[in-house]
Amino acid sequence: MNTLPRAVDLGVIGCQVCGLVCRNVPGDTQWGGDGVDDVMACPRCGSTLHRRKANSYARTWALLIAGFILYIPANVLPIMRTASLNDIDDNTIISGVVELWVKGSPDLAVIVFAASIVVPMLKFLALSMLLVSSQRGSDWARPQRAKLYRLVEFVGYWSMLDVFVVSLLTALVRFSVLSRVEPLPGVIFFGLTVVLTMLASISFDPRLIWDGRNTDD
Amino acid sequence: MAILEHATRNMRAPAPAALLVCEHCDTVYRRRPLERGEVARCTRCGAELDRHRVLTTNALLALILTSMIVFVQANVWPIFTLGLNGQYRATTLWGMIDVMWQQDAQVVSVLAAATLFFFPMIKMLVMGWLLWFARAGRRAPGFAPLMVILHRIGPWTMSEVFVLGALVAIVKAHTFFDVAADPGIYAYGALTLLITIFSGVDMRQLWEQTPEPGA
Repeated sequence: MNTLPRAVDLGVIGCQVCGLVCRNVPGDTQWGGDGVDDVMACPRCGSTLHRRKANSYARTWALLIAGFILYIPANVLPIMRTASLNDIDDNTIISGVVELWVKGSPDLAVIVFAASIVVPMLKFLALSMLLVSSQRGSDWARPQRAKLYRLVEFVGYWSMLDVFVVSLLTALVRFSVLSRVEPLPGVIFFGLTVVLTMLASISFDPRLIWDGRNTDD
Repeated sequence: MAILEHATRNMRAPAPAALLVCEHCDTVYRRRPLERGEVARCTRCGAELDRHRVLTTNALLALILTSMIVFVQANVWPIFTLGLNGQYRATTLWGMIDVMWQQDAQVVSVLAAATLFFFPMIKMLVMGWLLWFARAGRRAPGFAPLMVILHRIGPWTMSEVFVLGALVAIVKAHTFFDVAADPGIYAYGALTLLITIFSGVDMRQLWEQTPEPGA
């Protein structure tokens, strides 16, 4: 398996946007590259060609940490207030899941739990693990790590589920004093967490998994 | 599964159009036409490299036009109605976006407008525009920048998440209110199905299928 040639070895670059394989000629100024810092534009679609996504580690760490910081108020603060004549009830993400479970829909409770708790946690843990292992040039479980990254990319946006549930209930439950639902700050933090973690997984470059310290692959 | 031949190290001056680079691990392959139903996977990392396109340009365009009609319906018709003591309230997507803005959740409001309305709409319009010209074997005006836009907004359309969200909201509201499903939810269901079909299509094949202008 150690003969599979990579773009680096062959002196070509695959455009991440349109898929064109471009020859990487050092010193070629035709594409705007000076051959030193690898800045070239794809001749077909005009996007910048990167051997690896620019500053992938720094950007992904920054977005992931920012997402994690916002994830704390997203869980601690209530996301939704249900007010009726004689009762005010504030719900956090977890208490919403519990309520759904208790009041008759354990199957939906599992789905909401997966989307709101499991998926964000998976993203934090998986991306941190991918970042650390790639930065150390580890060759441990590379195919599995590649698969994990694709899973994170695939499930990432389902976390928006709770945000849409709160929005719909807010729009519908507006019966003057009898019954009202209002969004609370938690839902804003949660929405931002989802966006930041999605940006983090986009800025991670999965090719780094295969780079390693030594070029023995 | 199709096996693609690896490019070799001692290959002299490879013709770029004949090559394919795995986006997930940078392994280089020689491109070859795939048989019906074939999916080419990277032997190093397992990512999908290429897949035979079942839908013709015409079929895809028909699908996009259908989605546009369903999209209009999904946005115009109310999604569902809640009733309490003889009072009823229904909402559309824009009603929801509007209420969230007024309730000081502007961030959520903007997110919903972008991921449920603007991005899906841009995606459908751009795909329709590109396919309309591709039918005649031509590249649409603005082909390259539009293809780049399509690539960038890819992960940011969330209609299918919204459908699941509507179901959860119905179940949650069901304990306290009378709930009636409105046509909008069915339109959304149909839209999700259509989106699932055409989101599996790699529009980048248009780069190969249409001739370079002036080439």
